[in-house]
Amino acid sequence: MNRPALIHSFNRHGVWAIYKFEIARALRTLVQSLVTPVITTSLYFVVFGAAIGSRLVTTSGVSYGAFIVPGLIMLALFTESLSNASFGIYFPKFTGTIYELLSAPVSYAEIVIAYVGAAVTKSVVLGLIILATASLFVPIKILHPLWMIAFLLMTACTFSLFGFIIGIWAKGFEHLQFIPMLVITPLTFLGGAFYSIDMLPPAWRAFSLFNPIVYLISGFRWSFYGAADVSVGISLGMTVGFFAICLWLVSWIFKTGYRLKN
Amino acid sequence: MPPIISIRGVTKSYASGFQALKLVNLDIDKGEIFALLGPNGAGKTTLINIICGIVTASAGTVTADGCDIVDDYRAARSMIGLVPQELSTDAFETVWATVSFSRGLFGRAPNPTFIEGLLRDLSLLDKRNSRIMTLSGGMKRRVMIAKALSHEPQILFLDEPTAGVDVELRRDMWNLVRGLREKGVTIILTTHYIEEAEEMADRIGVINKGTLMLVENKHDLMKKLGKRQLTLHLQTPLQHIPDELRFWALELKAEGHDLVYTVDSADSVDISALLKRLNELSIVIKDLQTHQSSLEDIFVNLVTERT
Repeated sequence: MNRPALIHSFNRHGVWAIYKFEIARALRTLVQSLVTPVITTSLYFVVFGAAIGSRLVTTSGVSYGAFIVPGLIMLALFTESLSNASFGIYFPKFTGTIYELLSAPVSYAEIVIAYVGAAVTKSVVLGLIILATASLFVPIKILHPLWMIAFLLMTACTFSLFGFIIGIWAKGFEHLQFIPMLVITPLTFLGGAFYSIDMLPPAWRAFSLFNPIVYLISGFRWSFYGAADVSVGISLGMTVGFFAICLWLVSWIFKTGYRLKN
Repeated sequence: MPPIISIRGVTKSYASGFQALKLVNLDIDKGEIFALLGPNGAGKTTLINIICGIVTASAGTVTADGCDIVDDYRAARSMIGLVPQELSTDAFETVWATVSFSRGLFGRAPNPTFIEGLLRDLSLLDKRNSRIMTLSGGMKRRVMIAKALSHEPQILFLDEPTAGVDVELRRDMWNLVRGLREKGVTIILTTHYIEEAEEMADRIGVINKGTLMLVENKHDLMKKLGKRQLTLHLQTPLQHIPDELRFWALELKAEGHDLVYTVDSADSVDISALLKRLNELSIVIKDLQTHQSSLEDIFVNLVTERT
């Protein structure tokens, strides 16, 4: 029998297999993965942009409909990154197929790259589709396109990592919904997705600054319109900081085998 | 020849204090079929899961063809295939996709020709585009085997491979295992069907309560621990065994109707001398029956005697 070569270094075939598997899962559920978020976002435009937005004054020099575009993209990015990555790793745990992942010659870093990479791909594509959809409703300008892409990627990576952590932590499907529904969505709504926090009374504005989502939305909106609720440097720092925390948590999980290995 | 799997001082304790494995030492030779037998909860699956990287050992080392399963896990795992006990599959995937996925996951470049051949060998080729959820239990078991073999492993672990499968599929799997052995694959299987181990294995290991009780060549084990029994059905029942027959280890059973003569498999026996003596004593034999103890008898004796 021919002895196949042993794996000693980066398992590119393994990473690609997981990545492809995850993308195929999204394509299998195309309606759930892409069409639903696009319809939901379009409804936001109809309600907030056209029906209510037309009666509101311009914010930071742009129409209200255009103003909410970055916030809506971020909202979709947060929820999709979280749900894709968390479901991606939780489902093998639920079905028992995690045995294959744990017994394969793939490193923890490769597992994260594959799962998070796939979740990032899906959520970034979705973000861009929402951007394209939004441009059908309101005129959009992007002053700093490279920064826009950078914020989009960094946020998608961070929240996909966060979703991966939730997927490992989750003991049931209700756990998968718990943080996105009860933590992220409220924080996003209160984090300036639909308004500038400068509109708030001083006390509420100060309180809002404890909400990390504010920094992410503010930085992303700055890349569109050049106006931000908080300094872009701080937004960038918070995004990188959040990413680093998630990275540390993931490395701790793999080091200890938390909820993965006995 | 160095062993293909070497297990040294492996223990496994859980946080609850339960000790699943107690200092296991074991060598598996290249190309052999090794059957690990033990009752439920004996530690068979824990040991397999440690070797495959699914469970972390509390102490000890394991090497696969010289590669440490922790320090050189990539090399070690890339030569191991595992068919777990549970039918854990991606229900929504097709057979082709899930087997190709496994091959990639274990670091092998795509090879449609190989996958096609593998599916053909396992009678799965016509199901290649079927979703796994639509397959029968037996077919799913075949898919699990195809996944484990997709990266051409040198070592294959089969954890209860024929649990819940019909007789035909069991025979198919035995043939498959033999075919793999002929190709040089080392096979370690756990089974509840002792008949399976008796049929297939070169060597047997018996594990109970986390302790590896013995490891023997199957034939040596049968010889050493097996028994042969001659049951003589008598025309007229005896009240007791006559003194003239004390030379033979005889027992009276069935209210004196049966005279049972038991010997170790290894002992040579002169049955004709016994029959001659019975004839001299005018003890008429109506019928006779012989029985050679099976691996199952040996296994049950071992596990019950030593617990």
